[in-house]
Amino acid sequence: MADASKSPTTGKRSPVEMATCLPFERTILALERKIEELKSIPDVDLNGELQPLEHRRDRLLAEVFGKLTAWQKVQVARHPHRPQFSEYVAGMCEDWVELHGDRLFGEDRAMCTGLARIGDHRVLIVGHRKGRETREKLACNFGCAHPEGYRKALAKMRLAERFGLPIVTLINTPGAYPGIGAEERGQAWAIAENILAMSTLQVPVLCIVIGEGGSGGALGIGVGDRVLMLEYAYYSVISPEGCASILWKDGSRAEDAARALRLTSDDLLKLGVVDEVVPEPLGGAHRSPDAMVEALKGAIITHLDELSAMDPDERLEKRYARLRSLGNGIEPLDPPEGGEPSPA
Amino acid sequence: MTPFFRKKKDIPLGLWMKCPDCSKMVFTKTFEQNQNVCPECGFHIRLTAEHRIQLLVDEGSFEELASDLEPRDVLHFNDRESYEAKLKRNQAKSGSTEAVRGGRALLDGRPVNICAMDFGFMGGSMGVVVGERIAIVAEDALERRVPLVVIATSGGARMHEGALSLMQMAKTSAVIAKLREAHVPYITVLADPCTGGVSASFAAQGDVTLAEPGALIGFAGPRVIQGTIKRTLPEGFQRSEFLVDKGYVDRIVPRKKLKEEIATILDYLLPREVIEETPPEETPPEETATERVGGEPAPEEPASEEPASQATGEAVITPAAKTDADGESKNDVAKEDQANDVRST
Repeated sequence: MADASKSPTTGKRSPVEMATCLPFERTILALERKIEELKSIPDVDLNGELQPLEHRRDRLLAEVFGKLTAWQKVQVARHPHRPQFSEYVAGMCEDWVELHGDRLFGEDRAMCTGLARIGDHRVLIVGHRKGRETREKLACNFGCAHPEGYRKALAKMRLAERFGLPIVTLINTPGAYPGIGAEERGQAWAIAENILAMSTLQVPVLCIVIGEGGSGGALGIGVGDRVLMLEYAYYSVISPEGCASILWKDGSRAEDAARALRLTSDDLLKLGVVDEVVPEPLGGAHRSPDAMVEALKGAIITHLDELSAMDPDERLEKRYARLRSLGNGIEPLDPPEGGEPSPA
Repeated sequence: MTPFFRKKKDIPLGLWMKCPDCSKMVFTKTFEQNQNVCPECGFHIRLTAEHRIQLLVDEGSFEELASDLEPRDVLHFNDRESYEAKLKRNQAKSGSTEAVRGGRALLDGRPVNICAMDFGFMGGSMGVVVGERIAIVAEDALERRVPLVVIATSGGARMHEGALSLMQMAKTSAVIAKLREAHVPYITVLADPCTGGVSASFAAQGDVTLAEPGALIGFAGPRVIQGTIKRTLPEGFQRSEFLVDKGYVDRIVPRKKLKEEIATILDYLLPREVIEETPPEETPPEETATERVGGEPAPEEPASEEPASQATGEAVITPAAKTDADGESKNDVAKEDQANDVRST
């Protein structure tokens, strides 16, 4: 990051900016800062200078984000400023009532559940929570849930089912936690039970991958009538780092692994893993969180309208047919861009 | 030595063999006659799917389903070797086209459907065809209303088929959910090792869950856990006995007794009329099958053409296990290690 540590305009850069500037965003960031500075000058009409700069920025954003590699998308999906569970709940829901506890072991803050209104729909929202600053991240275990998190999710989904509330899940986890306690308390069993139960829940279930779709930990709240995915989110059978360390015994080849795993929204749409990709604002959700929240709210309402209007039996039949056909009769994808990774 | 590593798990050739666990020399024939369990220490050697089915079903009764489905490389996955080449190599080595085989059979005279996985085929990893075969055999069990027995051993979802492998967890679970609703008994037998996406889906959904002694069973593999928590794992962690202690496995059953125990358990789970009326020699026709289940409401019939069309239809994508390209050249410790990593966390 050495070359990114200085701004071409001021020569300064805040530590936060340095930490959150993705390598491929550096030129964009410099432009954005220049625009901010011009705007901050009082009482001078700089429209003549601003407009070309803004056009240039937008062109650059469209250019850079129009051809992100798989690994760059993974980095965008993990961006610290990307909207998370709390921002979506705050921005698109009314009367949010969080509900805690799995009634079996304890409370897992990596998994958040609660009642809310989205538009006209009264729903249960379930989602991973990663946390923002260090203390919160630790409390949320960086979004890696334990069995009690998955059991809490299931307990609340059963509650929603009893009272006819549709379920919306927001997926954003690097994976379910791999630890001693998690194994002792049956991580595999907790996830397996959720996946099974979600296939037959009587109420509409809408799942959305908003950031990281980390394997079984994501799928543990990811089975439903429809699965949506934000444009720069990723969804994968294993993390790129984990895959690289197995295939090449080298976790730093995550970039190659990300390309090979076909974990991006466009590929997953072709593979039938997701049903719809929700476009992100120009330059990614982290650049315009409010616009992202608004766009997702619109998509959720559209799908809930459709799912709620369906006959419940027909909805369950379609859900089963969707699950049952996953991976069947798929046309092979084109080879990944950038060709094959070099041998180890 | 770390508790979760075993030295050697494959069956060595030759007149005499050394038990991979206790290192005693045993006459190979004796070993084989003992279902490949060490007569000295009781260590259970890993078996092929075919071998496992053979040990459980009545001779000549196995009728394989969906064996025509073959894995495909939908992602163009390529690490040190292309996925296609890896599949061919594993197919040649194992004599199977995929890491699971399943079909109809008789178990001590009882009609059942059975699936067995093969850890020797890309670490028993689950890709689209593995998921599809299990789903087809399970749906057939539902239609025939006969119990399903699955012997699960796998490193997890297969990386080489990406998220499609992950989705097989959802596919298989959806079918198991239907078995549950219809009260069709489902027995799982967890064999060494059983981790990742398989342990976190159909393997953990049995009405009754059995395990072979000493099997490694868990969500994350030991190496991943150790790498995460930076601590040595307790002795016996994630072994069958540990899972019984923690309340996740009903019984540990030695291979020798497996058939007998499953039969006994099924006799409790099946409606009384079925046990008394089923002619042991043949699979009853479907109408009788429904009656046999007595007062059970008819299950939601899955579209009956669906399994058939899937069985004959385009095969599916295939996954890739994470077992390494050069797995054979590695020692078995490394193999197991890798296998554990195939898991989808």
